[in-house]
Amino acid sequence: MKQQAGMTLIVKTVTRISVWLILLYGIYIILHGHLSPGGGFAGGVIIALAFLNVMLAFGRDFIKNWLNIEMLHDIDSSSAMMFLAVGILGMAFGGSFLANFISHGTLFNLVSSGTIQVLNIVIGLKVGMGLFIVVWALALFHLDRKEMK
Amino acid sequence: MPVESWLIFLLSFMIVGSIIALEMKDLLSAIISIGVVGLGVSVAFLLLQAPDLAIVQFLFEIFSIVIMVRAFIKKDYHKEEPSKVNKILAGVTVITLIAIFFLSVPLFKLLPPFGEPLMTTARYYLENGARETGSANIVSAVILDYRAYDTLGETTVLFTAILGTLTIIRIKKRVKPTEDEKP
Repeated sequence: MKQQAGMTLIVKTVTRISVWLILLYGIYIILHGHLSPGGGFAGGVIIALAFLNVMLAFGRDFIKNWLNIEMLHDIDSSSAMMFLAVGILGMAFGGSFLANFISHGTLFNLVSSGTIQVLNIVIGLKVGMGLFIVVWALALFHLDRKEMK
Repeated sequence: MPVESWLIFLLSFMIVGSIIALEMKDLLSAIISIGVVGLGVSVAFLLLQAPDLAIVQFLFEIFSIVIMVRAFIKKDYHKEEPSKVNKILAGVTVITLIAIFFLSVPLFKLLPPFGEPLMTTARYYLENGARETGSANIVSAVILDYRAYDTLGETTVLFTAILGTLTIIRIKKRVKPTEDEKP
């Protein structure tokens, strides 16, 4: 069998199934950040690890078509602005910068705790996309150097 | 065994792992020893009842190990030249460090016992955190509500770090040789 980019068929088949579960677990950790251990940072790292898993198993050329890297750049840059926007909205509606201006809801509910959940999602997006872009840049550096030789 | 003995065991395990990582000639073995040290930190966080930190430490350990193994496994960095050490300077440094360590041992008697007294700010957070923020996880309540400025700073640091990495790494793409420079 011809050796293709990435790892063997076994790894590819397992990755094809498991990467969705890993992504789902990352989203679960982010959304439940105000209820259980974890939060935006840990969930973002899990999402970045899922993308990294795909990149290791299928090779760099596959991930370039599978993911829109430019869109990841945009999400990464705009989530920093979103954090600031939540803070300024708090200044407008809650009286001070980063005030918790949304209603808190009932304790232990999934949708509760106001801006904490919003900020968790923003940080999760930022960390996930940012870490994967760093890995992608390292891989691209390798490709660039191969071109220059 | 009480938690302290487990912690002492883990800490000595981690110190031994770090020394092995420094002394290994093979780079891959050194990376694996660093990973063992990081997992020790994760277990120590679990024993100290900080699952949030343990999760983040565990994930970052995996992330960094994957990147390091991927970066170094095919390179010829495995052989390492023995560095020239100024023996007098090294001896003076080691003696000074040992002297500082032994002189600072009496200071430990001045410290309060481990985990006491509970900080009054922490007690305030524990008593009022769930009511004031509506968040059941007290760590989320602290880092995203009480200390949200700190998290904003961390986000900015992460953003700047990623920008810096991209700037440094992608610098080769821009200096492509033009047509007339090519032979």
